[in-house]
Amino acid sequence: MTIELREKPLTAKDFKGKVDPDWCPGCGDFALLRATQMSVAELGLSPHQIVCVSGIGCSSNFPGYFNSYGMHTLHGRALAVATGVKMANQTLTVLVTGGDGDGYGIGGNHFTHTARRNVDLTYLVMNNQIYGLTTGQVSPSSSLGMKTKSTPFGNIERPVNPITSAIMNGATYVGRGFSGNIKQLVRLIKGAIEHPGFAVIDVFSPCVTFNRDNTYDFFRQRVAPLEDEGHDPSDWKSACERAMEWDDRIYTGLFYQDQAVQSLHAREPILDGGAPPVSHVPEAITREQRDRIVRRMM
Amino acid sequence: MSQGFDFSIAIGGAAGQGIATPGNILARMFVRRGLHLNAYNAYQSIIRGGHILLTMRVREQEALSHGDHIHLLLCLNQDTMTRHLRHLGPGAYAVYNADNITPGEHQDGVHLCGMPVTELTGDAKNKLAQNTAALGVIAHVLGLDFEVLESALTLQFQRKGEAVVSSNVAVARAGYEYSSANFTPLANPLPQNPDPLAVWTGNDALAMGGAAAGVKFYCAYPMSPSTGVLHWMAKNARELGIMVRQVEDEIGVANMAVGAAHTGARTMCATSGGGFALMTEAIGSAAMMEIPVVFINVMRAGPSTGVPTKTEQGDLWQALGASQGDFERIVVAPQDAHDAFGTIAEVFNLIDRYQCPAIVLSDLLISEGTFSVPPDDIDMSPPIERGKLIRESNGDAGPYNRYLDTADGISPRAVPGVPGHVHVVATDEHDEEGILISDEFTNPIKRRQMVEKRARKLDDYFTRVAAPEVEGDEDAEVTLVGWGSTAGVIAEAMEQLQADGVKVNRLAVKWILPFHAEAVTEALSGARKTLIIENNHSGQFHRYLRSETGITADGHIRKYDGEPFMPHHIADGVRAHLAGDVSGGVFVPDQEILV
Repeated sequence: MTIELREKPLTAKDFKGKVDPDWCPGCGDFALLRATQMSVAELGLSPHQIVCVSGIGCSSNFPGYFNSYGMHTLHGRALAVATGVKMANQTLTVLVTGGDGDGYGIGGNHFTHTARRNVDLTYLVMNNQIYGLTTGQVSPSSSLGMKTKSTPFGNIERPVNPITSAIMNGATYVGRGFSGNIKQLVRLIKGAIEHPGFAVIDVFSPCVTFNRDNTYDFFRQRVAPLEDEGHDPSDWKSACERAMEWDDRIYTGLFYQDQAVQSLHAREPILDGGAPPVSHVPEAITREQRDRIVRRMM
Repeated sequence: MSQGFDFSIAIGGAAGQGIATPGNILARMFVRRGLHLNAYNAYQSIIRGGHILLTMRVREQEALSHGDHIHLLLCLNQDTMTRHLRHLGPGAYAVYNADNITPGEHQDGVHLCGMPVTELTGDAKNKLAQNTAALGVIAHVLGLDFEVLESALTLQFQRKGEAVVSSNVAVARAGYEYSSANFTPLANPLPQNPDPLAVWTGNDALAMGGAAAGVKFYCAYPMSPSTGVLHWMAKNARELGIMVRQVEDEIGVANMAVGAAHTGARTMCATSGGGFALMTEAIGSAAMMEIPVVFINVMRAGPSTGVPTKTEQGDLWQALGASQGDFERIVVAPQDAHDAFGTIAEVFNLIDRYQCPAIVLSDLLISEGTFSVPPDDIDMSPPIERGKLIRESNGDAGPYNRYLDTADGISPRAVPGVPGHVHVVATDEHDEEGILISDEFTNPIKRRQMVEKRARKLDDYFTRVAAPEVEGDEDAEVTLVGWGSTAGVIAEAMEQLQADGVKVNRLAVKWILPFHAEAVTEALSGARKTLIIENNHSGQFHRYLRSETGITADGHIRKYDGEPFMPHHIADGVRAHLAGDVSGGVFVPDQEILV
């Protein structure tokens, strides 16, 4: 047996990965990494109990910087892979990390269906409203009019609203954070991990290199924590109304939570009654099972 | 050359006319009598209408193809009669509802068995009555006691209640009695073998192969002709504890499969060419992260949407080229349903050993065909070898390197949840620890090390997978080379040629990649005339064989009209080649039965 010394509780430091982040100095992703490390430590999780799944992009390098099992998968596919992980071994805590292009652009289809299925995942989107790793093109969450290398005359497409999209598609825990407020991020992430269903946290994570519009200052002047507004997260209409506000005031915090909806693995009949994960059950089928199958063929 | 009973029944009609039910009843009757069955359903992508022709060949011996002939044609509509009556030879039967179907010109000696269905059933409104009455006629023509049909009908309809059973039995009996009074039965009635057989489709066999191999996660997006695998899995999921998921698209399918397989569950998914195209990026990711997954491509006629309900061997190069980059994978093309069943367990052991993806190329002919199988041949307890898999804590506290550069290139594979083995798997190139080398410093030494490590994994592949061998006559004047699903029909074509005194042998290739280049070169070195038989237009296998061995065939027999080869198509092609009567080196048989 490996000795899991739990006398000394793990701290955020214990969740530091093998390598240091190669993000640009000042990148908003550092704050989310730190907040995630603090959150899992405070929840008493161990690295081997967690799988962190990502796609491709600056923020998708996250698993390499985080000490847990990790899967650095294909661009846009993290949610599909993570669903496979969670459904095959429901005992694992599965985090999914990525960016706005990865999640709302190329991976948009999986976003819709993962929300609808209410897969028990914690999805952390580092939303910088730009394609950073490809050196600055418009993203699905870039603001109207934004000038980028692929929209030199200004973006003519309206941005996606991740909060209302997540709620409308069926996500049962929907929050928004900001890299400038780690305390709030930790609260949101801990709540997301503890929430038994699909939890989405859209995080304003400024790209200090390619996005000159949505900077730390831009957000500092506008963010308004929902905690201070007396918002009721069970009220989806109010959540959507507040999520639509953008210009002068941008709300952060927990917009919506519904704990009544069962997660996908809780609904799955073959996992009824606390069945072990399919990843760890014996492969062989029994002689009786074989005989029943063959009898039906005769 | 065929000895003993060999009889083909074709049931034709429009989609929605209820062809499947009499087909199922007959199939069950045949296999319960221990007779072999090979059935091919020619259909279109339509729920109501069109023309369907289900050909069921029943044989005392094993039936390796759906054969060359129709001995009994059941016409459920005029269209079927108009299209196919001319295919009936002397002694064959045409069974039809004489109330609304009229036969046309026909060969001498064809038995025209018109049934006055309304008179027999006293019910002009029941459109399915003709099907049931026809079963009565067929049972009589085949020389069966009515009780055989009665018990088959009872089994088929018992779930619908006693009233349904008794009304169907009454209609069938009326057909049987009318036939007894008016039609001549076969001189040699349907025989009976001692041991009953079972019946399955190729898709059932693929799914059951997976279940036997211990597949515990199956996901798919519905796509003809692969959907039968999903149906079998969904139906049996609860009993066998298999997690079955229908996903939003095949990109999601393949990636979900990769995620599930990473946890240690044996994982499989199936699709057809279009869906397979969407899966390909994930296949490369499985290779890079070294996660074993079985991807099944049930080929249909392409390109693009193509002909969704027709067969083709057109995706060989798609499989060979699936996903960018240069990587290790296994590609295998099973030869029939039973072979497909066994292949899945075999391929799982291989990919668990080598920690790489496998692509299984089935096709519509195998997957949607219905075949008999001796029940004792359904061994659902194959050896299960998981390779260097670590699923439980082993006390090892590390350090653990997921991509340890071992002598055989195969690294111990720990799954998430095991203490002391925490690591990241990445689609980016990485080092032994799993740390990305693609970003900051693209270390050429480490890159080379990892490429060679992955490649080395398959070094002993040829010691574990049997090479194909030449079967048939020694000193043959012609050697027939095929791959995948043509094996059976080539074997039957050989029987026809041998009956004519042609000395012929064959090489049936199943394991495609890695390719047994040396063994195949050796096997074909003595061939006097090599003909390659493929269900495609461009000769995909020929080009692959040439690239791997330098062998150029002497001629080709190719079919790409959507319908599978019948034995005589191949035999005719061989005769034409031997007579030097093939211009351009490619013989393309005519498809006589138009569906």
